Amino acid sequence: MRHITKMALCAAGCTAAALALAAGQSDEIAKYRQLLAEGNPAELWEMRGEELWKQKTGPNNVSLEQCDLGKGPGIVKGAYAELPRYFKDTRQVMDLEQRLRYCRMTLQGLTAEQASAQPFSATGKASDIEPMVAYITAESRGIAMNVSISHPEEKRAYEIGKKLFFYRGGSHDFSCASCHSADRMRIRMQDLPNLTVKADAQAAYTSWPAYRVSQGEVRTMQHRLNDCFRQQRFPEPMYASEAITAVTMFLAHNANGGVYQGPTLKR
Amino acid sequence: MKQMKTVMAIAVLLCGGAAAAADKYAQEAAALLKADFKSKGPATLERVTAQDDAQKDCSSPTALPPAKAKALEAAQLKAVKYPSDGKYLGDWKAGERIAQNGRGMQSSDKAGDVNGGNCYACHQVSKEEISFGNIGPSLYQYGRLRGDSEAILKYTWAKLYNAQAFNACSRMPRFGHNGVLTEQQLKDVMALLLDPESPVNK
Repeated sequence: MRHITKMALCAAGCTAAALALAAGQSDEIAKYRQLLAEGNPAELWEMRGEELWKQKTGPNNVSLEQCDLGKGPGIVKGAYAELPRYFKDTRQVMDLEQRLRYCRMTLQGLTAEQASAQPFSATGKASDIEPMVAYITAESRGIAMNVSISHPEEKRAYEIGKKLFFYRGGSHDFSCASCHSADRMRIRMQDLPNLTVKADAQAAYTSWPAYRVSQGEVRTMQHRLNDCFRQQRFPEPMYASEAITAVTMFLAHNANGGVYQGPTLKR
Repeated sequence: MKQMKTVMAIAVLLCGGAAAAADKYAQEAAALLKADFKSKGPATLERVTAQDDAQKDCSSPTALPPAKAKALEAAQLKAVKYPSDGKYLGDWKAGERIAQNGRGMQSSDKAGDVNGGNCYACHQVSKEEISFGNIGPSLYQYGRLRGDSEAILKYTWAKLYNAQAFNACSRMPRFGHNGVLTEQQLKDVMALLLDPESPVNK
């Protein structure tokens, strides 16, 4: 309850900040973020995600605790900081959400459709995926990103992701790079990270997933990418697709060395 | 001499190999776009997979070589369609609404809806609007500084119609060329920039 009051106050503070002149507005937003980070509602998603992870369910009535996220069955700690990665069992580069789907199918016996149902919560329709992603990513908090491209398939995913990042198309000729390949650019009052340079790529990538104050939900990296593609005037990417993994690989590897912070809190 | 020839032959082979790999990745990326994205509303898959020459040439992390950039600009300028009735200026108030409107052509928009120009996303335009981006230059006082000679009218029209006619691979959408804004909407944005009564020139 105390947090809710604090958040309401902060929201009012942010409106005031938005009315201030453009100069110095970034500082105000940074202060606002710091204030909110003290009581991040994402913790509730992390707790719920851990419950779901450990809950016996599906036709096989088993938990996900033996899921191999890349560091061996049952190891969640630090796994996200090394994803996406090549998995020998599927002979495929997978990101977290592809791997989570794979484990729900192979361990619990869910169908592909069941294992990718409701990737993003909507009004009245809760997502099991968002809390589980919040739990798994939180288990890498404080760990430096270390995403390998040494396997040929990892290198291939990275290079395809890079091509997709710079691919211009659609009614507005936009690519990811239109907004994210130069320093200190801003859309309206929103600062844009330059995802082709280390410091910005690290700061941006290590901050997702995030609890979105404006949406009241924890949103994943794929949710963020979907929204980017929407504003880019691109069609809609499919959930847990190879294309999304490739773009994620490009962004994650560029963020190597950055300390993972998520799930964080954003406007 | 022989040694040098061998070195050069190897260099050619290596460069050729790298270029072939880059092409392969580009093809695989294009295939993934087709397989992993689905049309929604006005944001169709076809519109993204069918890249035109400018989109193809500008999809690289490195800038175009100057000669290629000049050729691209010339080709884009050639395709500019000027107003059919010879009148360049519409209503600046309608232009301001277009400049503020960030909707249109997104997967979340309705097909057939009126598109915005979203000028403020990247440019300062009028002084009253303080929420503006910095990707493009400030357009405040645009007309006041330049006047409204035929040459300025024609240049400004062409710039809005197709920014790449003057700046290859510009980040600015080709509003006329790509049919994002109608001729009337372009006239209204022209008036926002050039009409002495527009807040831009106050």
